Formats: sequence, structure tokens, C-alpha cells
Amino acid sequence: MISSLETAIPMNSFEERPHESGRRPAAGPRAVQPKLTVRGLNAWYGKNRALHDVNLTVAPRSVMAAIGPSGCGKSTFLRCLNRMHELIPGARAEGTLLLDGKDLLGRDVDPVSLRRRVGMVFQRPNPFPTMSIRDNVAAGLKLNRVGGNHDEIVERTLRQSALWEEVKDRLGASALSLSGGQQQRLCIARALAVEPEVLLMDEPASALDPIATAKIEDLIHELKERYTIVIVTHNMQQAGRVSDHTAFFYMGDLVEVGPTEKIFTNPSEKRTEDYVTGKFG
Amino acid sequence: MNSLRWRGCVNAFWTVASGAGVLVALVPLASLLWLVVSRGAKGLSASFFVSLPTPVGEPGGGVGNAIVGTFFMVGLASLMALPVGVGAGVYLAEKGNGPGGRVVRFTAEVLAGVPSIVIGIVAYGLIVAQMKRFSALAGGVALALLMIPSLARSTEDFIRLVPPALREASLALGVPGWKTSLRVIIPTALGGIVTAVLLAVARAAGETAPLLFTALNNQYWNTDPSQPTASLTVQIYNYAISPYEDWHSKAWTAALVLLMLVGLLNLMARFLSRNRMAGAR
Repeated sequence: MISSLETAIPMNSFEERPHESGRRPAAGPRAVQPKLTVRGLNAWYGKNRALHDVNLTVAPRSVMAAIGPSGCGKSTFLRCLNRMHELIPGARAEGTLLLDGKDLLGRDVDPVSLRRRVGMVFQRPNPFPTMSIRDNVAAGLKLNRVGGNHDEIVERTLRQSALWEEVKDRLGASALSLSGGQQQRLCIARALAVEPEVLLMDEPASALDPIATAKIEDLIHELKERYTIVIVTHNMQQAGRVSDHTAFFYMGDLVEVGPTEKIFTNPSEKRTEDYVTGKFG
Repeated sequence: MNSLRWRGCVNAFWTVASGAGVLVALVPLASLLWLVVSRGAKGLSASFFVSLPTPVGEPGGGVGNAIVGTFFMVGLASLMALPVGVGAGVYLAEKGNGPGGRVVRFTAEVLAGVPSIVIGIVAYGLIVAQMKRFSALAGGVALALLMIPSLARSTEDFIRLVPPALREASLALGVPGWKTSLRVIIPTALGGIVTAVLLAVARAAGETAPLLFTALNNQYWNTDPSQPTASLTVQIYNYAISPYEDWHSKAWTAALVLLMLVGLLNLMARFLSRNRMAGAR
């Protein structure tokens, strides 16, 4: 796992500065192709520019945390990765976004099929209120007419999201009968059921109590065995606990990205240090 | 201390004043109900619901054909207005922010503001003058024109009540936009839409002006759309303007029947909306 850390390379072309890990290391025999590559990503809301020239890569089967104060662009960044950003009226994104080396932002790329490969979990649990627990998990399969044994997939993904034991006797009950933390794990199971390769999580625990939060964090540790995860969080301790790499956003800039340990103990940038030590934000 | 007592006085004054306002507002409603019930109840009997009208002075008789006619024409109107009205409402909620939506919304507003007697004349010109005959079809078209704008607006409102997070959840699963609307958004708003339909039906059932010179009236049973048809409202009108005491009391009884019918529809709508909205939150 440590070797994959080297694949998180900041390439902030907007600022030329010597960077401890800022140059691509000689590709060793164990170099891995990044799962996600972001180059020169800019995003706008109308005339408002929310992201300036973001460059980073995410290694496969790792967790990348995006941190920063409110309005810094970290959620916008996340929503660019599955092209949910462009659904907001007036919003657009430009740049290069590669998934396994293939472009995602091109005009000929269908965002609908992209979203089946890049799943998303939102800040607030948002199960479908008209559907049962089982139907919620299978919703992506049913609505997309994916075949296969849905019951089996429902059980597997509910086990993956550590919810199975709590709901196995009432799969037919309304999803709204679950607690907030359970609903959020249900939403994770729902996202996993369509078998994405990348899972985006937009502050998945911010609406939950500490116990439910701990469960979600444990879950992230297990999920990274199989999935590439990008998580946005307000909570720096959480970023420290769950992520392999951390990207610090500020005012629409990607200030610094690197191994989580380094970002929190020995950041190269003054702004990063000020933020992670709590001087602002 | 002094100011506290003063504030208490002001509070008491306004509590009493607003309570009195409520009472004043309730007076017309209560007196209307009392008048209709007290004058209409004595003519109420089972046969009143199922018999044909009788000539002046002949005892018995009822408004059976008018009840059937009202249901028949409101049914015809619903068949025409539901797809158009609900469809326009869905369109307004989903795509209504562009120029197309503004045109539809403006049209619906203008149509909602057209006096119902004018709508009756339009239906007369469109259908009665062409067929050279008063008919249930013409009555149905007039009622449909009346229902469409209110259906469109309230459907739009109820669909906009669906949390945007549900749409995002569905889109993030890789479900296309149209399928998201059809399978996630509309089912979630369904309780509200049914409520809107019931209210529109109740309103149409209480309309007289559009039917006066479209469906006219009929002393006999009729379920042929090309024939003049009786309705409760026109029957009440005819009875009420007649010079006969006997018919006047029948007008009161028919008015009571109409009031019960409309009240029942409103109660159903209220009941449904309360249940569904409690579930959606």
C-alpha cells in the first residue's frame, strides 16, 4: 500500500514551486496506473469560478480525502468526477479527467453510463421513500434493467455495508423506518449494488452521530480493498483516520496533495499547515 | 416591569382580536351549511338519489339522472384533462425553467383566469355549434378546459416538493433523467398528484356556467356523449329559477347532495395528502 502513495502527485501548474514530492518519481517496477487522473480541471457556476486548474491522481484501491474550509471547492471537485456538477443550471467543467486512462469529460462520453462506474454517496442519507429496503438496494439494478440474482446482490452489498444483520428480517419494510445511520449505510449498499469502480463520498458522516460515524469509517477501511474511494470531509480527524492521501483545497485551489501522514504532520505549504493545525477554517 | 405588563396587554388584545376574526370568517361558512342542510334535509330520501325528476306538483322524484350526468361529464373531462394537465405539470416541474416552461406557465395562468362562463361559450363554439346539438361531450370539454390549468399548477407544486436529493441519488446510480422522473420522482409525488386530481374533480363537479349551454339538461337518463345531459348544478339552477315552491325545495335538496359530494372529495383529498406527505418527509 505504501508504494502506491507515490502515485499521488501534486501537479499544481498554477504555481511553480519546489515541492518535496512534486516531481514524478522514476517509474519503478511497481508503479501503478492511477485509477483517476485529473489535469487542469476548472469548474464554474455561471461566471463564478469554483475550481482553478486542479491536478492530481488517485491510485486504485486507495482512499483520497479532500479537506478544506466551506466553499473551498472540494465538493465541486467531487461532483466533477461523476459529472453531477454539470447538472446544476449554469454549471460547467473543463479540463482532463481520466478514468483508467480514458477521458471522461469528452462530448462523446455518456455521463449516464459513467455514473454506473463512479458511484456516489451524499451528505444526507437519501433513500427512496416509496421503496422498501430491498428495492432501495436493488434500485440501480432495477431502473437500469440489469439482470442477475437481485436477492443475492442485495444480501452481498448489505453485508458489505455492515447493515445485513440489522435488516435481514425486514427487507420489505420502508427504507424510512431505518435510523439515519442505517439509512446512510443503505445508501452505500445502493451505490455498491451497481458495482462501481470508484466510490465518491460527499461528507457521508456529517449528518450522523459518533457511533454511526465510526461504523461508516470502519466500512470505508473495508471497502478500499475493492474500490477506489474519494471522500470529502469537514472533519480533519476523519480524514486522518480513513484516508491514504489527502488533498487540501482552499478558495478553489488545490493547495497541496500528498500522503495523509505528511499533510497532517509535515505539510509543504504554509496554508495547509495553518488549516490542519486549526489556525483558520 | 411596566413594559412587561404592557406587552401582556398587547398580547391579550391581539389574541382576542384574531380569535374574533376567525369567528367572523366562520359565520358565512356556518350559515351556508346551516341554510342548505335545514332547507334541503327534509327532501332527502333514498329515492331522491335514484329517481328521475317529476313534473311540478307530482310528489316524489329526484335527481338520479343529474347525479349520473355529473359523474359522467366529470369523468369525460378527467379523461381529457388528466393526461394534459398532469403532463404539463410534470413538464413545468422538470423543464419549466427555460423559455418553453415560461410559455406553458403563462398559458396556464391565463387559462386559469378565464371566467368559467367564457369557457362555456368556447366549448359551445367549438363543439355545440359544429355538432348542432347540446351534448355531454361539449360539457366534458368545457370542464376539462377548466381543470387543466389547476391540475398543471398543483402537479408542478407537488413534484417540486420532492427533495432534489432523491433525483441526485437516482442520477448518481446511472439512471437516465427521464427514467428518474418516471420511476422515482413521480411515484414519490403521487399522493400529492392524486390530491390535486381530486380537488380538480371536486371543482369541476361544482361548476354550472360551463354546462349551461354545452350539456344543457335532460329529464331522462343519458350516458350517450352526443346527447344533452343533466347535471346536478344545472338541475339546481333550473329548479331555483322556476316559480314553483315544490321545485325550490328540490333545489335545496339537490344543493345538499352536491355539497356532500364535493365535501367528500375534498375530505378524501385532505386525508390522502396528509398521509402521503407524512411519508415523504
